[in-house]
Amino acid sequence: MGLIGSPVVRKEDHRLITGQGTFTDDLVGPGTAVMRYVLSPHPHARVTAIDPAPALALDGVIAVHTVEDFGDYPDLPGPEPAARPVLARDRVRFHGEPVAVVLARSASIAADAIEAVEVTYEPLPAVPTLAEALAPDAVQLHELLPGNRLMDVPVDGDIEEALAAAPHRAELHLVNNRCAPTAIEPMTVLADWTGARLELHASFQAPHHLRNYLTEWLGIPQSHCRIVAPDVGGGFGSKIQWYPELFIAPLLSRWHGVAVRSVLTRSEALKLMYHGRAQEQDIEVGFDDEGRIHALKMLVTQDLGGYADVTGAGLPVLTTWMAAGCYRIPHVATGFRHVFTTTSPVSSYRGAGRPEATYAIERTIDLVADLTGVDAAEVRMRNFIPPDAFPFAQNTHEAVVYDSGDFPAALTKLLELMDYDTLKAEQAERREDPDAPLLGIGFSTWLEIAGFGPNGSLEGFGHLASWESVNLRILPDGTALVTSGTSPHGQGHQTMLAQIASDVLGIEVEAITVRHGDTDTVQQGTGTFGSRSVSTAGVGLHRAATAVAERARRIAAHLLEADPDAIVLSDGRFHRQADDEASVGWAEVATASFQPLQLPEGTPAGTLEEQVYQESPNFTYPSGAYGCVVEVDRDTGQVQVRSYVAVDDCGAVINPLIADGQVHGGMTQGIAQALYEHVRYDDDGHLLTETLEDYLVPTAPDIPRFVTGRADTPTPNNELGAKGIGESGAVGSPPAVVNAVIDTLSHLGVRALDMPVTPERVWTALNEAKAAR
Amino acid sequence: MSTHEVNVAVNGTPTATTVEARTLLVQLLRGPLGLTGTHVGCDTTNCGACTVLIDGEPVKSCTVLAVQADGSEVTTVEGLADGEQLAPVQEGFRQCHGLQCGFCTPGVLTTAAALLEQTPDPDEAQIRDYLDGCMCRCTGYQMIVDSVRWAAEHPADEEVAS
Ligand code: FES
Ligand code: FES
Repeated sequence: MGLIGSPVVRKEDHRLITGQGTFTDDLVGPGTAVMRYVLSPHPHARVTAIDPAPALALDGVIAVHTVEDFGDYPDLPGPEPAARPVLARDRVRFHGEPVAVVLARSASIAADAIEAVEVTYEPLPAVPTLAEALAPDAVQLHELLPGNRLMDVPVDGDIEEALAAAPHRAELHLVNNRCAPTAIEPMTVLADWTGARLELHASFQAPHHLRNYLTEWLGIPQSHCRIVAPDVGGGFGSKIQWYPELFIAPLLSRWHGVAVRSVLTRSEALKLMYHGRAQEQDIEVGFDDEGRIHALKMLVTQDLGGYADVTGAGLPVLTTWMAAGCYRIPHVATGFRHVFTTTSPVSSYRGAGRPEATYAIERTIDLVADLTGVDAAEVRMRNFIPPDAFPFAQNTHEAVVYDSGDFPAALTKLLELMDYDTLKAEQAERREDPDAPLLGIGFSTWLEIAGFGPNGSLEGFGHLASWESVNLRILPDGTALVTSGTSPHGQGHQTMLAQIASDVLGIEVEAITVRHGDTDTVQQGTGTFGSRSVSTAGVGLHRAATAVAERARRIAAHLLEADPDAIVLSDGRFHRQADDEASVGWAEVATASFQPLQLPEGTPAGTLEEQVYQESPNFTYPSGAYGCVVEVDRDTGQVQVRSYVAVDDCGAVINPLIADGQVHGGMTQGIAQALYEHVRYDDDGHLLTETLEDYLVPTAPDIPRFVTGRADTPTPNNELGAKGIGESGAVGSPPAVVNAVIDTLSHLGVRALDMPVTPERVWTALNEAKAAR
Repeated sequence: MSTHEVNVAVNGTPTATTVEARTLLVQLLRGPLGLTGTHVGCDTTNCGACTVLIDGEPVKSCTVLAVQADGSEVTTVEGLADGEQLAPVQEGFRQCHGLQCGFCTPGVLTTAAALLEQTPDPDEAQIRDYLDGCMCRCTGYQMIVDSVRWAAEHPADEEVAS
């Protein structure tokens, strides 16, 4: 026992390091046909004619379909009246929107066929930016939604009074750059509906959720559909969207009597898999000479892209909820508006709305530090919610009640690990020496909302419910089988869940098999996102194991002819009482549990199984203090991250190896957003970052070695004390990096730089600041 | 389109396959040869998920025509282990959590195996530089570096405790 908290080596690794993984495209059988889209080369255009004949004339082309062929089916699920048709209907609204689909005998024939389909377009003006889409005379993307707006929630005007009353006031306009989540496995679907039941394998984060929607869309019983998410090559929030291939591939399989495979190329994925962030914020802050914040106002403008995705529409909601971060601010008012542009739709990317909130408040705090001259760490200390104030009802929204935290302790630990005083001295020296690179120190003391599990929290995003489902079954030989509704894409659920079960039961991790991702074998499920798996499925499994252990104890007592209340379960054996040699193991107890003749009277066979639909009483609020040190080359503006320290508070940790891995990966994505990554469109709305040649995903030499520490305030909301850690690094990192870069130039009066902080932007800011002096 | 017979020894086994001229090595491996460990993550030679060893050198198999590999020896991730015995680099990835989703991993492993062949005791900077052609979206690279270091410290002839 005591396995919770141990760095157990992962159960899932052996297959994956020997090339035996089963990613969706590894499962393609002989004779499978290939589906490919014909993509619009225009960001905004009327589609006036589609001629499939030249493609159909090619040997091996099975079919070409356009939106008319799907007339018996609804649009893709999404907020009305901006829902997306399954293929473009009359009009394309972003560069790359599919206008037709080709089915061919092989990938090479499909590649030829998509070139052969002749499509006639009448280009329309594009509105690739928020400013253009919001302009009074802007072209309208959706007739029923004037002004290119879906929803407007204005900022409560009462905040003006509080802002006016504050001794000082400052404004900030922030751009949270559009990112492409870029899981290395692009979206992949394999559909086989040649038999009575539909079987669909997909690279997806929430297979049961897909089953629920797909069967309704197709109008078939759920029992006639099996969805499998096998090994999934990363997701980061980008594999829970209603991509058209999930709906089209099954129909093509049905109509043409073949299994159908759809694998996006990377250039397709960069257009067709939904983007993240793409948000701007207008902030006003009122503060005093000591750096205490009195009032905060924030208007969030969320770019939705050409169509509204339900999660995309939820992003600014989460941003406004988390607007005040880990600070006690007497007056906070927020609002948001959704705007359509002629760009790829926007949805969740690791953190989904919270990285944007963190960036806003953490940049604001640094601005206050710069304007007051109070040290950036000290400004944070002065505004933190104190450790004795939990649970803390934040004044952004009634649903937001922070569970636990000790922000001063986390920051103090960070400053120690960074050796802050020495760094400050070095920074001062560097500023004096014109030959030395400039040094900057940036902080982000962040907090996010996670553990999506309270009733009602996911229903608004279109889910059936917010629980997670888990089943634990002891097999007759005393080994165990767990089925989990949360299905991972790299997070190590097989190991994490086996550790939790093993911790309670004393059954070896190796003897516990964890299955997930198959709607035929897993009872029900919600999915893996929102840093929810430990606090929902993990907690549910802990409860299931506790209940099963209690029933096993009664059977053991019967076998040992002992008092059930005296039985002690230790190291996987049930002892008659503490320190008693007389004992039985799981194997004997489990066997007996299936043999009525061995059971106490009234105990039925098969009781060592438990199923839990785990809800949460509240969200969890992981937090942390991150510190980044950068060097800036004075001649080129090149930014080098010199060191990066992260103190995370995710409450209890189940497996520190996995937790560190999650944080490292998230921080790398956060650093990448701050320094490198940016989905860019040209003035006419064409995607410029069409390949990984242009969209700069960092590789090993670009990323520093991380130092990680832990603050530990277990959440009182579940018995494990676990808050979740999947998104932490991505939520906390961008402002730490940007604050550090601005800190290199703050003595010259530079107060703002936009992400990604490219050498060009830094060089320009540096030279403009110098010229102004 | 013309077809050609391609002869490659893959993981020590001779193979002969007739392919279209435009067939990529990765397509030959994943398709006719059924070796799905090698993955495709991009179309511009950036991600490295498809990396295999051709005559011991790491090569992006998405950027080599199958016909170009004719007559060579190819090692894929499936060929790194010696039967049941994992290669040190594989064991290192297991011990040090060098993978999460595992999609990039075959390419990273083959590249790292080539590095260790050339430079048995690489330092962190050498490892990061050598892996420059491999994108991993999950790990943040640090544990990949640690995994390769683990392998350097536990070469094959030593008994490995798992
Ligand atoms: S598949 Fe990306 S480099 Fe070969
Ligand atoms: S482990 Fe997922 S991309 Fe590297």
